[in-house]
Formats: sequence, structure tokens, C-alpha cells
Amino acid sequence: MTNPTAERIKEILASSDVVLFMKGVPAAPECGFSASVVQILAGLKVPFKGVNVLVDPQVREGIKAFSDWPTIPQLYVKGEFLGGADIVRAMFQEGELAVLLIDKGLLSAAI
Amino acid sequence: MAMDGIEIERLIKQAFPDAQVVVVDLKGDGDHYGARVTSGVFKGKSRIQQHKMVYDALQGQMGGALHALALETLVPK
Repeated sequence: MTNPTAERIKEILASSDVVLFMKGVPAAPECGFSASVVQILAGLKVPFKGVNVLVDPQVREGIKAFSDWPTIPQLYVKGEFLGGADIVRAMFQEGELAVLLIDKGLLSAAI
Repeated sequence: MAMDGIEIERLIKQAFPDAQVVVVDLKGDGDHYGARVTSGVFKGKSRIQQHKMVYDALQGQMGGALHALALETLVPK
């Protein structure tokens, strides 16, 4: 049995190297946790695709099942689930996020 | 529906008896909490695994009755 929502999520993940499933859109997040991840990504100047789960109830529930993670936002890099807002913040503060993005060729080391 | 901070602490301690748990009601609204959980069970686990362990301890309340929990997991030094 194929799950159409899971298939759609896989397509979204394949369409962009960095995908953030969030509440609201990057220019106008509707949740503080989503806003904090947008701010970190914008600060690193890494291009990303924001997917507003508030306008897509199937993806909103589907992404939680996909990653077995109960909350939004969820950040994916090259299709791999990186974490929610707390983990992204911790990785950013430790410098791990920039290193990971540089390793994946998504960020220039010269910043 | 909101959730009591003491209940959050109780569920986490029930799952990890060795844990040091600090729960803060960030906005005073019983809906936005911050928790710092320090436990030896996190040793050798990735951050995702550590956070999932805490979410499991909260027995499905995360994302439901518990809207927002800013979580920090630490291994005791």
C-alpha cells in the first residue's frame, strides 16, 4: 500500500536541499518555534524551502508520522530529518549546523 | 487544553528516575514550557533520540495537550 501523503512529502523533500516544514511562511511565521528556525537559516544565508503546514492538514499530520516526531517545525537537509526548533538551535549554537551545511555543500566555508 | 508543569516533571522522572528535571512555565499561561532534563540515559544517544525519549516519557501529550515545550537534554558531567 502506498501512502499518498508520504509520497508527496518525499517529492517535496526531493525538490529542495533544505526544507523547513513550518507554521506560516518564512516571511511571516505563525509560531515562535518556526520563527526561530527561519531566523537561524536566514542568518546563515542558506536558501531553504518553507512548507506551510497550516494550509495543508494532510502534510501537517503526515510529516509527524514520516519522521516519528510529534511537533512542527521540522528541518530536513538533503531529505534527512535534522530536528525540531530546539535541536536546530542547539546545533546552531554549537556551530554544528554550519559545519553540516558546509559538509553537504550547501554553505560556503568563507563566511 | 493546558498541562501542569508539575505533571510534566512527574512523567519525565517516572521514565528516568535518575533525571534532574527543571520545568519553567515560560509565559505563565500553562501552555508554553521550557524543560531541561539531565540524565545518564542520554549518554551515547543523538539529540533526536534524546528528545524522542523525553517525548515518549510524556506519553503522547507533546503536540497535543502540551502545545510547546522548549527542550534541552543533557548528560551529567
